[in-house]
Amino acid sequence: MSNIDVKGNKQNWMYSDIVKDHFFNPRNIVEKDSPNWVYNGMGEVGSPACGDVMKIWILVEDNRIKKCGWKTFGCASAIASTSILSEMIIGMEIERAEKIGPGDIVEKLGGLPDNKIHCSVLGDQALRKAIINFKEEYA
Amino acid sequence: MGKELPKNNYIYFDYAATTPVDQRVLLAMEPYWYKVYGNPSSLHLKGREAKVVLDDCRRLVADFLNAKERNVYFTAGGTESDNLALLGYLKNFDEPKRIVISDIEHKAVVRVAEHLEREGWKVERCPVDLNGLIDEEQLEKLIDEDTVLVSIIYANNEIGVVQDIAKLSKIIKDKNAKTVFHTDACQATNFLNMNVEDLGVDLLSFSASKIYGPKGVGVLYANDNLKLGPMIWGGGQEKGMRSGTENIPGIVGMCEAIKIVEKIKDAENRRLFLLREKLISGILNTIDGVHINGDRKKCLPNIINISVEGVEGESMVLYLDEAGFGVSTGSACSVLDLKPSSVLLALGMSEELAHCSLRISLGRYSSEEGVDSFLEIFPKIVERIRKFSAV
Repeated sequence: MSNIDVKGNKQNWMYSDIVKDHFFNPRNIVEKDSPNWVYNGMGEVGSPACGDVMKIWILVEDNRIKKCGWKTFGCASAIASTSILSEMIIGMEIERAEKIGPGDIVEKLGGLPDNKIHCSVLGDQALRKAIINFKEEYA
Repeated sequence: MGKELPKNNYIYFDYAATTPVDQRVLLAMEPYWYKVYGNPSSLHLKGREAKVVLDDCRRLVADFLNAKERNVYFTAGGTESDNLALLGYLKNFDEPKRIVISDIEHKAVVRVAEHLEREGWKVERCPVDLNGLIDEEQLEKLIDEDTVLVSIIYANNEIGVVQDIAKLSKIIKDKNAKTVFHTDACQATNFLNMNVEDLGVDLLSFSASKIYGPKGVGVLYANDNLKLGPMIWGGGQEKGMRSGTENIPGIVGMCEAIKIVEKIKDAENRRLFLLREKLISGILNTIDGVHINGDRKKCLPNIINISVEGVEGESMVLYLDEAGFGVSTGSACSVLDLKPSSVLLALGMSEELAHCSLRISLGRYSSEEGVDSFLEIFPKIVERIRKFSAV
């Protein structure tokens, strides 16, 4: 008991260090309503009432995802999972990107609390919608 | 005030969750762990010593509530008191009847009511208005001859809204004089009138852990006319209602905490009211799309509940935590069942705004400097999260 360190606010964070890093330093975010770069696929999932909304924009060139940007309304794991997903897919062939499932994202994040897994499920769904959008409207 | 605790750069604004133990309380408790350690039920000297202390404590609590010693039952905390109030009193009835609870009760009452429903009881839920105040007309309508108990929280733990308990008591008793009225006063104890005669309540619960006393100690007040069934069986302590060796150090600590509350209640009400107003106006002046949840006047001086459009609650809490502030949220992501706070939804708020809620609760060691530094950092955090928010 005497070893409990109550000095800082760094103790026993509920998420992994990877989640924490992506939550506080999210990668590839879109700051305005839409990207300031050319994209050819966009997907959106979730609803504000459920507490999670994710939007993903992609630029596909030569069958590969060249660029990816996103916006997320949600908790730490929702934000971190979209952020890490955006890193995972840049440079990836769309056939592989389509196959990414929630488990892949959770694994990359170094795990998530059980009740938070539903959040990351949304990231891959938004991505698949963006790829469908690309195929239907741009390809 | 604000100087008793060692300076620490973490600013705790979650006093509604629990309070640190006041050092004066800690000192008062100390001898009762190992000097006056007897079991009050023992016949020998050590037992008699402890019995004297227990009796003194019961008198102090009774005075605090303007009640008789025989009306004071020591429990293991607010949740247990709420449970004992409802389940203990309802044991008087062989057949399930009706009870009324407000739409903004603490889970310690809500979950008991749901349990009762499964046992065949009829549970009516009394709505509140947009500000969280009880709909008095509805309350009056919900009470009939079969309504044996009403439970309404004195000051709500999430939004801080304070009900006019005396007036509600009159409404209840005018409709059915036999209906028993319980109030959960856990958040009220630091700031409001706890005189059970003035309030017109038959049962009242409070806890030491919200008043700078130890965790694991509480009180249930029950008036003379009530017979309560036991919840915990054993050696017959607390007139058989709550068996188990009395937690003398805890009870002594709670009594010391009550003495301090009585001494500084008025000054703390004024001081924290000003800090609360400063926080609210500071937030409204610097951030767009902020809603104040709950009545701004009929409210505890220490609880502020807001919703920040487009900014999910857990994100705010964790960014604030990283910046050195401890606050809480009614967002779904903060709890296991992933549903946003039922209290916020009871105000007619959209689920989206309930997900964007933040509760800041001030207390004895909150200072103006702390409020100032919060006001400096919070707008930056909101701006940061809104940058990547999808709504």
